[in-house]
Amino acid sequence: MKKINFWAWLWIVLGAVYFFLPLYGTLDFSLREQRGVLSFLAYQNVLNDPRFRDSFTFSTLMAVATIIVGLLLIVPTAYWVHLRLPQARPIVEFITLLPFVVPAIVLVFGFIRIYSGPPLALTNSTTTTNALLMFGYMVVALPYTYRSVDAGLRAIDVRTLTEAAQSLGAGWFTILFRIIFPNLRVALLSGAFLTFAIVVGEFTLANLLNRPAFGPYMVLLGQDRAYEPAALSIMSFALTWAAIGLIQLLSRGAPEQSQLGGVH
Amino acid sequence: MNGLLAWLGVAPFFLFAILFLLWPSSSLIIGGFQDPAGNFTLKNIGDLFTPSIMNSYALSIQISAVTAIAGALFGFLLAYAAILGGLPRWIRTALMTLCGVASNFAGVPLAFAFIATLGRTGFLTALFVNVLGINIYNLGFNLYNFWGLALTYMYFQFPLMVLIMAPALDGLKREWREASENMGASSFQYWRYVALPILLPALLGAVILLFGNYFGAYATAYALTGGTLPLITIGIGQQIAGNVLYNPNLGYALALGMIVIMAVCIGGYTWLQSRTARWLR
Repeated sequence: MKKINFWAWLWIVLGAVYFFLPLYGTLDFSLREQRGVLSFLAYQNVLNDPRFRDSFTFSTLMAVATIIVGLLLIVPTAYWVHLRLPQARPIVEFITLLPFVVPAIVLVFGFIRIYSGPPLALTNSTTTTNALLMFGYMVVALPYTYRSVDAGLRAIDVRTLTEAAQSLGAGWFTILFRIIFPNLRVALLSGAFLTFAIVVGEFTLANLLNRPAFGPYMVLLGQDRAYEPAALSIMSFALTWAAIGLIQLLSRGAPEQSQLGGVH
Repeated sequence: MNGLLAWLGVAPFFLFAILFLLWPSSSLIIGGFQDPAGNFTLKNIGDLFTPSIMNSYALSIQISAVTAIAGALFGFLLAYAAILGGLPRWIRTALMTLCGVASNFAGVPLAFAFIATLGRTGFLTALFVNVLGINIYNLGFNLYNFWGLALTYMYFQFPLMVLIMAPALDGLKREWREASENMGASSFQYWRYVALPILLPALLGAVILLFGNYFGAYATAYALTGGTLPLITIGIGQQIAGNVLYNPNLGYALALGMIVIMAVCIGGYTWLQSRTARWLR
């Protein structure tokens, strides 16, 4: 037993080193912009950069739009499949797996092929390009959002809730927005935070669709500054931590459900 | 009629999937089989087998394979240590939280973190110089090449492995171990004939998923190497940006090759998952 414990501890310690060393290194590096002293200068520079504020605001709005439109599309679909259309489940699940088969870089290539010319020249105006970007993010987040919602629906008794609401005279709108959505709030919030974590730092789609998002801004900064990127890295790590922490806090008590995700 | 109306409820979803997933990807697949004038041809597919493009695919596959296998091995040992290693319960909880965060900490910020830590003037590099008098860059280490990229990608590969393997390890029933011990099996025999065969589909499936996870990656590689390492995703990115290849249809064929490889990966993963599910419920 002692031997097993030794090896177990060894792997855990190694894992902890791999996890924390780059973080500590980055934190240390980010504080050294001023020679000889530790300071938050790099952070100040980042926060005072108007391009930071603009791009971060843009990406946050993008994330919020993706979350709202995505949930409005996916929750009714998943609900309907549960209640009325179980025969559609295999095909819907197959589609939600497809974003794994089509990586973001390939997806955006297809977007540009189709939507940069007639009949649907979406990339010709800013508004429609933003919409295209949002739909792209919805595709990227689809596997995670759908699974989250689907797991939520499995945990509640959709049929009984629906029939009870109907017998009290509720219409479909009331059922969805006053019964189903509130009952799914943990699953919806998990999906929302995960989508947020994915979208805010996303680079591939935003860069190749030429939108002024946070990801391309970070890369731009990385090309001509040394310490500010490290500061950005720490800030976005804190953001990821907050998003995942909130998910785990919310799903506490629910059966252990892993959050796999990310756009790399 | 009622059946048709029921399908109407999922129509928006299918419309979305067609417009922003199926149509774009199938247009690339079709484009891979067309010449610039739109006639059917196999020339683009044939052109994929030129040395420079084959090298790109090979490089992507090699890095993906290295990080997938190393990440899977390390991740499995970690998960095993935390779940079956007899450690305090809080270790497991902490590990799962950290892995949830780390597997989502990717892309550009991850590249920055490794540049700040192991770049030419990074924290660890400087520490080695100051404390041990060794410059790791003189010893052949380079963050901006194959192994540097692999090391960086491992940061989200092994946590992902922990998250995938934890439920499978949880599913190993205590009774199986007791039963094999009652029949006189050694620890090695238990692993060789009971635990490993049960875990094998989960393990292989996880390796495939990690492979695919890296194979499609673009942002971290771009941010770290500035596009100098000729990975296949970098090649497609350059193709979109409109330099390099003069034949866009060859670019579509590049994308087609990626879709095929990813489809094989995900197909294999799904199949292995269904085999795992048989035992672990």
